[in-house]
Amino acid sequence: MNAASFGRTAALLSLASFVLVACGEANNPVAENGDENGNGENGGGETSEVQGTLVGGGASSQEAAMTAWTNGFTSVAPEAQVNYASVGSGAGRDGFLGGEYDWAGSDSAMEDEEWEQSKEICGPDGAFHIPAYISPIAVAFNVEGIDETLNLDADTIASIFSGEVTSWDDDAIAEHNEDVDLPDTPITVVHRADDSGTTDNFTEYLEAAASTWEWEASDAWPSEISAESAQQNSGVVDLTSQTDGAITYADASQIGGLNSVAVLVGEDYVEHNAEAASQAVASSTPVEGQAPNNMAVELDRDTEEAGAYPIVLAAYNIFCNEYPDQQTADLAVAFAEYLVSEEGQQTAEAAAGNAPMSEDLRSTAMDAISQISAQ
Amino acid sequence: MGDKVFSGLALLAGVAILATLVFVAVFLSFNSVGAVYREEEGLIIRQFLQYAYPLVIGTLIASLIALLLATPVAVGVALYISHFAPPRLSKSIGYVIDLLAAIPSVVYGAWGMSFLGPTLVPLYGWLHQHLSFIPLFAGSPSQTGRTIFTAGVVLAVMILPIITSVCREIFIQTPKLHEEAALALGATRWEMITMAVFPFARAGIISGVMLGLGRALGETMAVALVLSPGLLTASLISAGNSTIPAEIALGFPEAPPGSERQAQLIAIGLVLFIITLIVNMTARWIVSRHKEFSGAN
Amino acid sequence: MTQTQQQPMPTSVQGPAGPANQHAPAPASTPRPRSLTQRHMPWWVSLVILAVSAVLGAALSALMTFNMAIWFILTAVLYVIISYGVTRAKVSRRKATDTLWKHLVYLAFIIALLPLVSVIWSVTSIGIPGLLEPGFLASDMRGIDGTIDRRSQEEGEPVLGGIRHALVGSLLITLSATFISVPIGLMTSIYLVEYARGGPLARAITFFVDVMTGIPSIVAGLFGAAAVGWFLGVGNSLGLGLPTRSTMGITAAIALSVLMIPVVVRTTEEMLRVVPNELREASYALGVRKWRTILKVVIPTAISGIAAGVTLAIARVIGETAPILVTAGFIVSNNWNMFQGWMTALPVFIFRQFQNPTSPNFSDPSHQRAWAAALVLIIIVMGLNLTARLIATFLAPKNTGR
Repeated sequence: MNAASFGRTAALLSLASFVLVACGEANNPVAENGDENGNGENGGGETSEVQGTLVGGGASSQEAAMTAWTNGFTSVAPEAQVNYASVGSGAGRDGFLGGEYDWAGSDSAMEDEEWEQSKEICGPDGAFHIPAYISPIAVAFNVEGIDETLNLDADTIASIFSGEVTSWDDDAIAEHNEDVDLPDTPITVVHRADDSGTTDNFTEYLEAAASTWEWEASDAWPSEISAESAQQNSGVVDLTSQTDGAITYADASQIGGLNSVAVLVGEDYVEHNAEAASQAVASSTPVEGQAPNNMAVELDRDTEEAGAYPIVLAAYNIFCNEYPDQQTADLAVAFAEYLVSEEGQQTAEAAAGNAPMSEDLRSTAMDAISQISAQ
Repeated sequence: MGDKVFSGLALLAGVAILATLVFVAVFLSFNSVGAVYREEEGLIIRQFLQYAYPLVIGTLIASLIALLLATPVAVGVALYISHFAPPRLSKSIGYVIDLLAAIPSVVYGAWGMSFLGPTLVPLYGWLHQHLSFIPLFAGSPSQTGRTIFTAGVVLAVMILPIITSVCREIFIQTPKLHEEAALALGATRWEMITMAVFPFARAGIISGVMLGLGRALGETMAVALVLSPGLLTASLISAGNSTIPAEIALGFPEAPPGSERQAQLIAIGLVLFIITLIVNMTARWIVSRHKEFSGAN
Repeated sequence: MTQTQQQPMPTSVQGPAGPANQHAPAPASTPRPRSLTQRHMPWWVSLVILAVSAVLGAALSALMTFNMAIWFILTAVLYVIISYGVTRAKVSRRKATDTLWKHLVYLAFIIALLPLVSVIWSVTSIGIPGLLEPGFLASDMRGIDGTIDRRSQEEGEPVLGGIRHALVGSLLITLSATFISVPIGLMTSIYLVEYARGGPLARAITFFVDVMTGIPSIVAGLFGAAAVGWFLGVGNSLGLGLPTRSTMGITAAIALSVLMIPVVVRTTEEMLRVVPNELREASYALGVRKWRTILKVVIPTAISGIAAGVTLAIARVIGETAPILVTAGFIVSNNWNMFQGWMTALPVFIFRQFQNPTSPNFSDPSHQRAWAAALVLIIIVMGLNLTARLIATFLAPKNTGR
């Protein structure tokens, strides 16, 4: 009896609260081109006739940008829908090669074997990469008493992250920062707990540029180094913000109020910035041996070029050269063109804070995309 | 007629489960070959074991902490609900406890990360100061509270409602005749519980604990959020150790398709299988030694 | 427990005379109480003990570093010890043991409540503002991107976007998974308890159900995707015209069933087993067929436990993230079709909003949505739990002296 009456009351209460709140109208912003009229003439921009659903999956690093892209794309192509599942780069490529996704987002380029495999679903030229999401990786820290940018070189960064330098007033740090009053706070290194492209790019930089770093670059943090860790960019940034003396590396767009390190390149200390990041991708060596229109690059980590910032993450979007039907091919072309277009890059920058592609890179990408065809 | 159909259906359901499991096992084994076999080098079981054993131990440590903390409390709570609380309240309390089993593990993880971890930091410092001669409390204490002990506590909180729920249902099922007979003979309430309730419920308690253990062993997100994974260490109060599900959750999304890394992660999933198997076999064995109290035979 | 274990007993009930006599001193040394009722302590004694232990606890914790938590723990421990001592000295040893355990049980209850209340409180206090945002339940995430969140956080505009799509997805996926797992799980435990009675097949099933509890959830997801993909491939090669892609709601439901079934089997099996045999025999004696006995006698008797087990099973899967992400994908708009197109589930939504906020630099709106969604998730489970309980109360036999 008691349970029943208690239950009834609780059910009524929860139902009432549901109804109260749910009565509100949907608050979704109306797309710039009303979905209702369908002709998509308003808004002023060029619109595309493509329709259907394009599905993709992969890296979570570009999720925020991808949300902006998939939303923005509806104003360009009102009849089309694009879905993106951020299952991770590996799982995304897995789904792409298995035919589950039409395109994949990935922090690292496909292996040659994977490219061979992609020929099965993408025709004789296989799949190709477009580096549409470029973002500098910041080395960020939270130390009470240091409210400015610190200058460091690769060797010192490596020693800090490998745990050799354990205090913020260590000589190795002081050497580069003569004007800064360094406290003796112990250093807490925070790294990514999950395997990630950010870790891969950061350790690749350390491996190439630092003589004191003895580990190979990989998605996973070297297991010999015992340190604090958290999941995703947001996790490491949160943990660093809460811990005095913590240092971490994260997507520069996500470090919030943390101070960051200016890295010694050649003669100068360079802070992370969008232009330098985009430049680093444009001037790096392309990867040979895959599709002719492939844009995967080998980033030049130990560059001495003035003004270049070498710790950069270039996340790729992997598309097929051939799609099984015309509709999907058209849709893929339209979406890929939107990704690299000026408008698309600006949308992403506004929403996610990544670095827009340079003009050169864009025109190469447009050429590559124009190769997409139907089987 | 009806009997045949019904027993046939029951049998079919059982066989369906077996079939599913065979498929899962085949799927796992097929995908984990790459972890123990390399084309150039042949079998590489040794490397795999080296990779797997710290994770196995880490998983066991976390689950053990969770069980040690949760079981006595859960049995206590279940007893409270079934035999101590005022009958008017007990249903509502049981209801609330059930509800807690339903809080998504993400929320437990977030709670452990942002609230419990920092709360435990002073305790770790104190333990390190006074008890660092015990290896469990050696090592530099974590400044963030993201340790295997915190993960164990979070797991304990997560499995508490599960164990409680099963135990409570069993305790309530204790034959009233037995209880009243014990009380009529002059037993105190506690004596009645040890004489009538516990013997009747022993199998059920173990079953509940095993269910909780299954959850603790397989829990991914909460551990992944709360722990700073790292090398195997005996210390409970510094960063380090990892568990199998957390390792899979953290590594799988970025593992390249068809690579050795991916195979390795699926293979430790298989290892987790085997651990669960051993643990459950032990539990079944314990239960089977005390079968005589079960109602159905 | 050990006492009863050591002695082979004809019945499960044993008079207190047994163990008590073994340890009690010879009757001659203790005078028999005059009356049949035992001595009682006056009601105020426990209050005094509580006050004394609170003071002592405060003193002791002041010796270390004073702290509410330490004070509370010390007081509780002292209270338990002192009342044991007092009862033992003033009443009797048996009564003291009883009091001790009573206090320990109460203490367990309080200890259990602390973290649970803390979790619940943090979810509700953070979640309610988001839930009260107008249209939170009626909107999906179409058109919501970083720029909009940034405006909400910087200029104080209302947080837009909602969880309608995730709500629909979660309910459909979870309910489908329940409809798959509960019949299979319940029938299996009926087979195990009522029909098989420990045959080799039953042992194999029990054994493998135990193994299934240890499947990491991501593995279940991968398996679900692979199995459905394979099934669709075979179906299409036979010309059945099935969809070519396995990412859809039903795939997620199947993956979740793999996680749910063992929980259902384990709990319901235990509940069926404790149904007294007398009930079954009484039913057979009246000439009722076995399957009618199971349906009309055994299951109704155990229904409250079965309902609790099903709730546990639902609770086990409703918070799953990884398997749903790989099997059902992630979309921002609404989809009611389990067999076509992607779906989003609440926990996936929560997790993504936590980990990869829609706007990385302005994450408050995302976190607000995530906590509110977590609160909604808990309310849903509460609703499902209530439904299960109501069904149980409705079906359960009237209270008879079991």
